[in-house]
Amino acid sequence: MPGFGQTLGFTLFYLALVVLIPLSTLIFMSFKLSLSAYIDIITNTRVLAAFRVSFGAALVAAAIASFFGFIIAWVLVRYPFSGKKLVDAFIDLPFALPTAVAGIVMATIFQPSGFLGKLLIDSFGVQVAYRPLGIVVALIFISIPFVVRTVEPVLKEFDSAMEEAASSLGATRLQVFNKIILPNIFPSVLTGFALAFARGVGEYGSVIFIAGNQPYVSEIVPLLIITKLEQYEYEAATAIALTMLLVSFLLLLVINLLNRWMRQRSGQL
Amino acid sequence: MNAIVQPVKQFKKEQIQHATDDPRWVRYTLISVSLSFILLFLFLPLGLVISKAFASGWQAYWDALSEPDAQAAIRLTVLAAFITVPLNTVFGLASAWAITRFEFPGKSLLTTLIDLPFSVSPVISGVIFVLLFGAQGWFGEWLIAHDIKVIFAVPGIVLATLFVTFPFVARELIPLMQEMGSEEEEAALSLGASGWTTFIKVSLPNIKWALLYGVLLCNARAMGEFGAVSVVSGHIRGITNTLPLHVETSYNEYNSVAAFAGASILAGLAIVTLVLKSFLEWKQGRRL
Repeated sequence: MPGFGQTLGFTLFYLALVVLIPLSTLIFMSFKLSLSAYIDIITNTRVLAAFRVSFGAALVAAAIASFFGFIIAWVLVRYPFSGKKLVDAFIDLPFALPTAVAGIVMATIFQPSGFLGKLLIDSFGVQVAYRPLGIVVALIFISIPFVVRTVEPVLKEFDSAMEEAASSLGATRLQVFNKIILPNIFPSVLTGFALAFARGVGEYGSVIFIAGNQPYVSEIVPLLIITKLEQYEYEAATAIALTMLLVSFLLLLVINLLNRWMRQRSGQL
Repeated sequence: MNAIVQPVKQFKKEQIQHATDDPRWVRYTLISVSLSFILLFLFLPLGLVISKAFASGWQAYWDALSEPDAQAAIRLTVLAAFITVPLNTVFGLASAWAITRFEFPGKSLLTTLIDLPFSVSPVISGVIFVLLFGAQGWFGEWLIAHDIKVIFAVPGIVLATLFVTFPFVARELIPLMQEMGSEEEEAALSLGASGWTTFIKVSLPNIKWALLYGVLLCNARAMGEFGAVSVVSGHIRGITNTLPLHVETSYNEYNSVAAFAGASILAGLAIVTLVLKSFLEWKQGRRL
């Protein structure tokens, strides 16, 4: 095969230029900070509150999205109904829709005078927009396709012979679900959850319009980084960004391990 | 599998149903839950964009899109995509060729590194370029001395977009080319075709739909990117506002028609992307 030197050379050169060198600046810049200064920045109450908001909201949103995403994937794979093709295509909308659009739409729907916002306040007294709850709602929107698209192929390939065998031996449908289907599908749901969580933690565009962005209450980490940058507090911005980056890498590692587990699981079938 | 199966004590004939069928009420409940969820979270937002964009009629919609700032934002968005998409496409092809056609140490690390921008928060993707080229950044003084503007200017926007759209083409091509193997290419080469001819006549026709899909996704993200671009742009109206940033500025100024008119173009782009995706999947005969 020809072209090894050229293609690999170009790949490495371009990767270094566009991704690795810019990313490593973050690490080099943080060397300027002493460890105690770094810890001071990170343990500042406003910063800690932002981390709590970002991680808490992403966790709740990913959990809710996993539940509904699993149901949607199940319905798409198992049940015939009209309009299925359209629904299936639209699952990817949150991937394709620019986050700013998602953001202003969610804020408009859920603001106190909005279509659903008014309904929720009038009937349950719950305000969604400009509260942490708003962040969760925006992140559910972003999270759904991650879960559906991870669970769907696994569910499709799942061998229903096992279900038939269990049924023929007298297991109820609920037993089959609990003991056969769920244990086999669970790794993929968990992978979808992790992907959604990782995305949710760093999400910015779809969140800021609905969040209210109140320090200590509904301020997310990405916004805090921008605020620090705009106030020329480069060191604080670097320290917080680096922490976020490390967390993302950790999540990436977890996702890769989950993926391996998922493959092993389905390999055993 | 350690499914513990209890012996059946009684077997009633009317309970017989196909082993993998769920009871009717379960099916209907789950279908309605899914459809309401999708209606609420996916279709309602699209409907809202259209209704808000045309809330004051066609003329207002048209005026909102033809005012100079909106026009400048659209031009900048197209320009950024026009520069970044071809670059990342060439990279995608080169990296997929190197990774799937040769064995070398560190290959799986390289694949992981290519995916890296996906796991970096968009805001951080912008911050790193401010740290490099901003007034107090690494090259800040040098850039000021030579009167070159990167941050709060078009080059910064292009760089940030380049970073966030980096993996799209490569990650569509690598699994496909891995799966295809290199037998056809080896055959062409052994029959005397040059490397370039082999690529154009053998590889490219095989990967064209996946390539198109990667380009499509790359373009959608390039035109729609918000977080990273927002950090490096400075939001200068008419100069460094891309279309998503123009949507943000208009929305924050309570100019609903302008915000949603811009949003309608971006939403249209998303729909075109989804339709083309379905078309390409149908052409390819598999899920991309």
